Amino acid sequence: MPVIHFQGRAFYQLADETVLECLLRQGESVACACRSGVCQTCLMRADSPDGLPAMAQQGLKEGQRLRGYFLPCICRGNDDLTIIESDRDNYCRVTVTSKSHLSPTVVRLQLQPQQEFPFRAGQFVRVRRPDGVERSYSLSSLPGDGPLELHVRQVPGGEMSGWIAGTLQVGDAVEISEACGECCYSADDRMQPLLLVATGTGLAPLLGVVRDALAQHHQGPIKLFHGAASQQDLYLLDELKALQARAANVDYFPCVSDGVSADGEFRQGRVGDVALNELPTLQGWRVYLSGNPAMVQEMKMKAYLAGASLQHIHADPFVSASRPM
Amino acid sequence: MNASLYNRIGGEAAVNAAVDIFYRKVLADNRINRFFTGVDMDGQAAKQKAFLKFAFGGPNNYTGLDMRKGHQHLVKQGLNDSHFDAVVENLATTLQELKVPAEMINEVAAIAESVRNDVLDR
Ligand SMILES: Cc1cc2nc3c(=O)[nH]c(=O)nc-3n(C[C@H](O)[C@H](O)[C@H](O)COP(=O)(O)OP(=O)(O)OC[C@H]3O[C@@H](n4cnc5c(N)ncnc54)[C@H](O)[C@@H]3O)c2cc1C
Ligand code: HEM
Repeated sequence: MPVIHFQGRAFYQLADETVLECLLRQGESVACACRSGVCQTCLMRADSPDGLPAMAQQGLKEGQRLRGYFLPCICRGNDDLTIIESDRDNYCRVTVTSKSHLSPTVVRLQLQPQQEFPFRAGQFVRVRRPDGVERSYSLSSLPGDGPLELHVRQVPGGEMSGWIAGTLQVGDAVEISEACGECCYSADDRMQPLLLVATGTGLAPLLGVVRDALAQHHQGPIKLFHGAASQQDLYLLDELKALQARAANVDYFPCVSDGVSADGEFRQGRVGDVALNELPTLQGWRVYLSGNPAMVQEMKMKAYLAGASLQHIHADPFVSASRPM
Repeated sequence: MNASLYNRIGGEAAVNAAVDIFYRKVLADNRINRFFTGVDMDGQAAKQKAFLKFAFGGPNNYTGLDMRKGHQHLVKQGLNDSHFDAVVENLATTLQELKVPAEMINEVAAIAESVRNDVLDR
């Protein structure tokens, strides 16, 4: 039975239990949200990476992996571990400089960091409210290009998204974690065709990726599919059409799954189906998927079966904190 | 076990090259893909690598008993010789596509064969 050394105590880990479950079961309070290895809220560091299964370090940067960082919520089958720090301290204060509606349900926040804030376009941060509640939001802006930008969709009854839409005001300060995630442009091959598929505010990180690709003079085709249930849930339509008109290699496909569009401006159907219909083979493509976790899981499999290689599929499922999957 | 086969076939690099092709074949194969659905793909891909490393005679800690335990829940779902043959067939065609010489493919098939009874829990 593995022993977890954490904050001066020893915890025995049951077979098939994750490190996070083990600590919570024994009364430790550990901040966590998605419990599926995505949001990195529970990130911890062991004194050495030995004894950690590869799975427990998925999505972490090479440097973090070597230093023993891991995700306790998906860490099982490990050896004894000594946890030397958890990721509680590395937060940056930001000031809200602008707040506006992109659609009736989507708010755009612009945030000015009070110190230098390194990130890559397409990554996400955890926003921490003064009372300690945290949720993940993706960055749609480019580094070195003005304030940080987030798109927050108001979820009915949503703790954080409701607070952002309602209470949070321009001039207020919140804290954000280090930027994490691997849903980023790679300039390894500027000719590689890129497929980006988003539902809802899944657009935010993918917009970051498209902006970054264009800033780095990407030459290959860039196909952006944005899906929503109805027309009024799509947003940034004009900006994205303008982007398509400006950049010869960008194609933008707004897709609506319910209700017929009168003028053929929108593709009809589930965004993933529309994309695969348009692009039945994806051999050699780089694929970015973001938004609804069910869409992301399904498309990951389908993009792979259509020929994209696993290392070239970037997936950013917006797993909810209150609905562990 | 047979470290030299693992080295001759190209070691870790060969496993990485094969996993993408092999896993795609398995998921697309209607005879067996039902055993592989409903699991996280990244986790599965890691397991496929473990499978390939084993089949290539690479260093690993698996015993016959592990193979038995690891597949028992699938045997309950009906896993039988025909599924085993399908996996070995996908493995062979993957290696053919990667231009692995026929003798080596035979060696790989023999390693797979050696655990047939364990995998099928008999
Ligand atoms: C890596 C990552 C990146 C993310 N990026 C963004 C982003 O850029 N923009 C954005 O708007 N959100 C994003 N999210 C989702 C975000 O973190 C929150 O989950 C979301 O804002 C809901 O939080 P809440 O506190 O408002 O709702 P909660 O109080 O947590 O939930 C309230 C209720 O709504 C349900 N619910 C929660 N989320 C959803 C959902 N998406 N759809 C339907 N029902 C839901 C819950 O089950 C619960 O019943 C991201 C999530 C992850 C993991
Ligand atoms: C040559 C014979 C085989 C070998 C050497 C082999 C080897 C392995 C190995 C090493 C694992 C990973 C175990 C782990 O680390 O968790 C595994 C898992 C798995 N194998 Fe096999 N396997 C064989 C045949 C098969 C066949 C015939 C099927 C089904 C058609 C199959 C289906 C699976 C599945 C679904 C898993 C994942 C189990 C789970 O996590 O739920 N295997 N196998």
